[in-house]
Amino acid sequence: MPQYPNRQFLDFEQPIKTLYEEIDKLKQTSEKSKIDMSDSIQKLEDAIVDKRRDITASLTPWQRVQLSRHPDRPYTLKYIGKMTNEFMELHGDRNFKDDKAMVGGFAKLDGETIMFIGQQKGINTKMRQQRNFGMANPEGYRKALRLMKLAEKFNKPIVTLIDTPGAYPGLEAEERGQGEAIARNIYEMVRLKVPVICVIIGEGASGGALGIGVGDKVLMMENAWYTVISPENCSTILWRSWDKKEVAAEQMKLTARDMKGFGLIDEIVPEPIGGAHWDYDESANNLKNSILNALREIRNTDPHKRVEERIEKFSKMGFWEEE
Amino acid sequence: MKKDEDFDSNLAGGEDENNLTGEAKERWFRRLRKGILTSTADKKETPEGLWSKCPECNYICTTTELKENLFVCPKCNYHHRIGSEDYFEIIFDNKDFTVHYDNIRSKDFLGFTDLKPYQKRLDEIHAKTDLKDSMRVASGNVHGQGLVVAAMDFEFIGGSLGSVMGEKFSRAVDYCIEHKLPYLVISKSGGARMMESAFSLMQLAKTSGKLSQLSDAGLPFISLLTDPTFGGISASFGMLGDLNIAEPGALIGFAGPRVIKETIKKDLPPGFQRSEFLLDHGFLDFIVDRKVLRDKLAQIITLFKG
Repeated sequence: MPQYPNRQFLDFEQPIKTLYEEIDKLKQTSEKSKIDMSDSIQKLEDAIVDKRRDITASLTPWQRVQLSRHPDRPYTLKYIGKMTNEFMELHGDRNFKDDKAMVGGFAKLDGETIMFIGQQKGINTKMRQQRNFGMANPEGYRKALRLMKLAEKFNKPIVTLIDTPGAYPGLEAEERGQGEAIARNIYEMVRLKVPVICVIIGEGASGGALGIGVGDKVLMMENAWYTVISPENCSTILWRSWDKKEVAAEQMKLTARDMKGFGLIDEIVPEPIGGAHWDYDESANNLKNSILNALREIRNTDPHKRVEERIEKFSKMGFWEEE
Repeated sequence: MKKDEDFDSNLAGGEDENNLTGEAKERWFRRLRKGILTSTADKKETPEGLWSKCPECNYICTTTELKENLFVCPKCNYHHRIGSEDYFEIIFDNKDFTVHYDNIRSKDFLGFTDLKPYQKRLDEIHAKTDLKDSMRVASGNVHGQGLVVAAMDFEFIGGSLGSVMGEKFSRAVDYCIEHKLPYLVISKSGGARMMESAFSLMQLAKTSGKLSQLSDAGLPFISLLTDPTFGGISASFGMLGDLNIAEPGALIGFAGPRVIKETIKKDLPPGFQRSEFLLDHGFLDFIVDRKVLRDKLAQIITLFKG
């Protein structure tokens, strides 16, 4: 992860930035005056950890949405790089092109070959554009499906890492059937004979997320969010204004804890104090452990039974009353 | 010329305020211009809904005439939006059908409040209409052959996909499997029901899972897309038909035109996201006029059987 001063701070993280600045000042003074200030510096560093803890303890849903979009937050390829060996990225949907917003390929996780697939966001302005801000086009979903079918053919488990503000709402995306591409993925994922683990690592918005999100186990990182639409778009439609995104985030109950409470996800993956961007190694390690645990739970089930159970799992989701 | 519609606003369960504005204002001003002198007290009331104007070509005919013509404009073939009851009557032999699972109702599980509490919204629609939710399921015969039809009602929060639609859809699939019947779903929806948040999103997976079972049972699934079909519907069962068919001129897509326009900051080409556009791009098997829908369905069923 980037070290200070290259770190970026969200508005509610500003107190941490102030502490870093104080440390900087102390260091300068210490150098100039040749006085040992390591005790004071250590105290401030402890204060930073405390502050991180304080902030995470009282996050509003909207602040979690902000954390999930933190510019320093680890993305799919970062996790794959930290968790696995021998990642071999595979490209293209074999029909139209290679969508850079969706990545995938085989890698070794704890010695076992696994197919990893996920949306990828860029780490700087140029890359963000190239990755289309993690918004895949139909060819991205079709590439994901091709890779899933490849994994199924060779009987390898599939892990998807979800991080998208939504599928791309573009003119050409419609021409090439954005709806059909997502629908096809959802349908085919239901039927995959190999174990499928899905993890929302950041943003999980709408069909764009679910298009790689149907699995035997669905996990969520602690500060990720998952719902039917982004809080901004929900605000625009239901409140007819952009300024209700905080209220929308609250009303939609989109946090990992809410989702676990509803039984819509299976497990929450803990993040380092203050959020995943504070320690990539710890984040990746937590994620790896959760994936391995989830895999262990489902890997020995008979494939046909696993598909049945997967259908059953999603069939139970919903609330209604009967007269 | 028909004014561009903001589909998303229907999903907000709008009280038709958006649809009203343009035309209502126009009429109001016309009245002023023409200098109508009759005082409101002396105004003669015309029975409401006696006449109908085509939003596409402005052709005026009686509602009876329009109904006899299956709510298709006799002049320009514009397909008016109709509800589940109308479709059931059009499709089934002798207008004879059995409605299923009408005892399932939505409820506010999340305590969701936007401009209005979700529960209040539901209560109001329940009081105003006979509809329990945005989808109704019925079974009956078409030219003597059994068929299960699930049809959406756009007036119920924009035909939005929530838990109840997901559950009715699923039970309809179970019914098809039990009775070995083909399944027709008539979509007309702005997308997922935001007031049910992630629960509404999960209905995409739920319904697709049920379609997988229908497929394994070797039973045909026909998806009929009507104006409009967007979002979660086209990103799930709407596009998963063994046959995907549509009524002429229907707007069908994943993202709504307003969102696309704002994203790409360009005007959309004429005919964009219309049925004919989808047919041209390979996402529909064919376009079907409402007047031949019944016959076509019977033909499809026979073809799959034979």
